[in-house]
Order: sequence, then structure tokens, then C-alpha cells
Amino acid sequence: MKIKKATSTYIFEILTYFILVVTSVICVIPFLIIISGSFSSNESILLEGYALIPREFSLEGYRTIFENAKGIIRAYGVTIYCTVVGTLVGLIITAMTGYVLSRKEFRYRNRISFLIYFTTLFGGGMVPWYYMYSGVLGLKGTLLVLWLPGLVAPFYVVLMRTFVKGSLPDEIAEAAKIDGAGQWMIFCRIAMPVLKPGLATIGLFLALNYWNDWYRSSMFSVDSSTWELQYYLYNMINKAEAAKGIAAEAGIVITDLPSESMKMAMAVVVTGPVLLVYPFVQKYFVSGIMIGAVKG
Amino acid sequence: MKKNGKHLFIKDLKKNWVLWLMLMPVTAFFLINNYLPMVGIYFAFTDFNFRDGLFGSPFVGLKNFEFLWKSNILWRLTRNTILYNIVFILLGNVCQAFMAILVSLLSCKRFKKITQTMIFMPYFTSYVILSVVVYNLFNYENGLINGIVTNMGHEPINFYGTPAYWPFLITFFHIWKGLGYGMVVYLATILGISNELHEAAIVDGANILQRIKYIIIPHIKPTFIILLLYAIGGIMRGQFQLFYQIVGNNGLLFETTDIIDTYVYRVSTTSMEFGMGTAAGLYQSVFGLVLVVTVNWLIKRKDDELALF
Repeated sequence: MKIKKATSTYIFEILTYFILVVTSVICVIPFLIIISGSFSSNESILLEGYALIPREFSLEGYRTIFENAKGIIRAYGVTIYCTVVGTLVGLIITAMTGYVLSRKEFRYRNRISFLIYFTTLFGGGMVPWYYMYSGVLGLKGTLLVLWLPGLVAPFYVVLMRTFVKGSLPDEIAEAAKIDGAGQWMIFCRIAMPVLKPGLATIGLFLALNYWNDWYRSSMFSVDSSTWELQYYLYNMINKAEAAKGIAAEAGIVITDLPSESMKMAMAVVVTGPVLLVYPFVQKYFVSGIMIGAVKG
Repeated sequence: MKKNGKHLFIKDLKKNWVLWLMLMPVTAFFLINNYLPMVGIYFAFTDFNFRDGLFGSPFVGLKNFEFLWKSNILWRLTRNTILYNIVFILLGNVCQAFMAILVSLLSCKRFKKITQTMIFMPYFTSYVILSVVVYNLFNYENGLINGIVTNMGHEPINFYGTPAYWPFLITFFHIWKGLGYGMVVYLATILGISNELHEAAIVDGANILQRIKYIIIPHIKPTFIILLLYAIGGIMRGQFQLFYQIVGNNGLLFETTDIIDTYVYRVSTTSMEFGMGTAAGLYQSVFGLVLVVTVNWLIKRKDDELALF
């Protein structure tokens, strides 16, 4: 009896390990292909295709990128600027909102929460949204419009409210009030320090969204000066594709197109920071998702 | 009664003015980003152009909707959007729950952590990178898959010219990207199961499969159902970034890959038909809202606790 149990568990464990290893590999391999491509010579990719290990090691992809790095540095600057400013401003707004909406003495908290939630149910759609920023506010081509629309999301507000409820007991806020502290004081001096894990979690969600954004650049840019990093990469890929198609039809050979290895090097440069940082900050995302999952 | 409500409001404003002040930024944000643009729904009934602006463009009534209906575009978009979402929701949740169960049963902490980190990786990368990944694997001339196919002595497959492949590929990459995130959601539920239950089951001689069947699955079932119900409310909303970055403007694939969101984006940005774009967006929003309200009403009748609002 005992032995039988052990074997079934044993087989199960092997299967579990096998499935998990395969899944993990599937999740990581595409990135290895990109990295391998970035270190391959362009000819080897064109002739023999992409591979897991560079067929012919070369740094030409990176060299070409850094030779005319002006655009990339500009795009890096735009992305870093948006990520920093957007995350900070968004975090402050979200923290204040989460705090107010968790106050019991605030009679309208449920109604306002619903008004925020309602935006996920119904909206005017993309065109009126675009018209608001470009036509009404006239923000087309500015840096402001790259971070303004991403500041607050209903999910973050709900998450922050849950964090406040969990880390700031009503009794403490009440006690502070009796001691004469105003709401602003309670928020700054008592709520903010105990909210650090919540702020880190939501801040990282915000930062990730800003770093990965290409959409706002594509909607609101008038020239390449407001291209975010992701959109810079997007353009590089698609321009090359379009030009290749035209050239093939006309029978011309274009030589100074972004090569395959250059595109891969660019992809590495764009994603590198995120992939280097995320193993260390993963736990904040996990705690955010877990808290959001309990009360989505 | 109404006067009383107004009175209460002013009283609250006086008493909690600091709290109201703290809500100012978020109010301004949602006004600009969500509520004021709702006025622009009017575009849907006009032949909108930027020169004449919001109220100067010619009013055309329901002509935009009529066109979408008669040209069969609406049918194709609705079908694609809903079918993709049904598959995403069902298959996605099953995969996430399955992986979460497996990870939760591992005894090696280190291995657990490493697999979780690796499976979480795609979540952190942008959709532009996803398009690079898909292109590397499936392009005709030098994609990895075609490299393997030609090595085995077959003709390369023209993925980017064959619509039939893409529902599978898009579904695969959607699940691939969200697996790590969803796994954490289910892990949170599984971790909530008390250890005593497992220990008692082991004492009673239950093997690992029986424990999954009689302890874990019943425990994650409510989470599964809740996530499913919530997702049904969003069934009309497509994953714009996913589809747009993978398919782009490749017209060859639209039959199986065009969803409402990509259509709206395309007609508005490339052919500048803002009225048409707004009309399709409005149809999506209204249809979606009706669905959410219905689903919510049904849930509320069964179990008040689970209701969305």
C-alpha cells in the first residue's frame, strides 16, 4: 500500500517537473532567439534564418545602432522622462484617491468609486478620446500627451483602496483625528509611510506600462522627436518591411535598410532594462496581483 | 427629498473639504480622459472631418451604422471579437489554473521560484517585442519554424499569407503572454487552502491526484467562475495591442483576425473615416454595456455577493 502510493506520487512529480520545464522554456526561448539574432551577422540570418545560438557571431547589429545613436538616445530620453514623470504623478493621484475612497466618514465614497469603475464599462471610444487630446486640448506633438492619458487606471485605484484598508486601521486614523490631525496630515504622515508596499506595487505597474507604451506615440506624434522607445523600434521594423516589399517589386536592392541583426539588437536595447530589473521587483507585482485577485 | 440630498452634499463639502480637494486631480483626469469624450459619440452620426470640427461636420443620421451593417463588416468584427474572447477566457483560465496547481504542489522552493520567474517573463515585455517574436518564428524567408521545415525537406510555409493559421497563433501568444499573471491569481487562491486539509487527506491515504481532485479543484472553482463571469462583461472589448502588433495592416489576414478595435483604429488613422470609426466604437460600447448589465443582473439573482455592482 505504502509503496504504491509512493510510485504514483513519484510519477506525478516527474510529470509535473517535465511540464513546468517545457512551459518555462517556451516562455523564454523567444527572447533567446532575439538575443542570439542580435549577436549574429546579418548574412547568416538572411541565408540560414534565425537560430538559438548565433551561427556566425558578430557585433555589427549593435555597431550600426550605436554609430547613429542620436534617434535612439532621444527615444530613450522620451521614454525615461514619461516613465519617471508619469509614474510619480500617477502614484500621487492614485494614493490620494485610494485614501479618500477608503474613508468611512466620506459619504460619497461608493458613488465616486462607481463613477470610476463605470469608465471600464462604457466609453466614447478611440476617436472621441483622440479628438479630446488633439483637437480640444491641442496637445498633439507634445510630451505631455504621452504620459497624461496613462496616469490613472480604475484597477490601480481599486488596488490602492484595498491597500489603504489593509494597512491603515480605522482606529489609528480615528486616534490621530482626536489628537487634532487633519485629513491631509493623516494622509501624509500616517497613511503614506505604511503604504510603502502598495506604492511600490502600483508604481511598478505604472512604470511598466509607460516603458512598454508605443500607442500614444503613434497617435499623437507629429515627428520623431516624441517617439517613445517602443515606437522607435516599431517604426524600424515596419519601415524595413515596407521598403523591402517595394524594393522587391521594383527589382532594386536597397543596402542601407535596418538589417535583421540590427533590428534584434534594437529589441535587446529596448527590453534589456525591463528584463534585467524584473526578477528583483517581481514580488511587488505578485503581491499586487494577489491583492487585486481577492477583490478584483 | 431632493433638496435634502443637495443640502447633505453641501454639508459634506464643508465638513470634508480636504477630502474633496484630494479628489480634484482624479476628477479632472476622468473628466478629460473618459467623461467629456463621451460627447464625441455624436461623431458616429456625422461624416466627421477635422476642418468643420465636432458640431460643424454634416449630420448623416444612422448612415454609418447602415454601412457597417450592410457591408457585413459588423458581422465579421463581432464574430471575430466574441469568438476570440471566448477562447481566450476559457482556454486562458484553464491553462493558468492548471499551471498554478502544478507549481503549488512542487516541494522544491528554488525550482518553484525559477519556473515562476520564467513563466512570468512574457508579461513584462511590450507588444512590439511580441511582434518581433512572432516575426522571428514565422516569417517566410528566415523564420525559425520555416528553417526547421525546410531542413526536413519540405516547402516553407507562407504563414503571413494564410489566414487559417492565425486564430491558433494569436490564441497561443495571448495565453503565452498572460500565463504568468493568471497563474499568480490562482496561486493566491491555492495558498489560501489550509495545510490541515492536505495533511488530513494524506493521513487518510489520499494520493496526489485525489488531493487535486477533492481539495484543490473545489477550492479554485469559485475563483474560476468569478473570473469567467467578470470576463464575459468584457467580451466585446478586443485585445487591440495583441492583434495590431501581430497582424498589423496585413489585409490578407483580416478575414480571421480583424476585431472591432483594430477596425476602428484602421479606418480612423489610415482612411480618416472618423465617423465610421466612432460608429463602430459606439456599437461595441453599447453592446458591451448591455452584456455587462445582463450578466450582472443574472449573477445578482443567484448570489448577491458576487455581483459586480
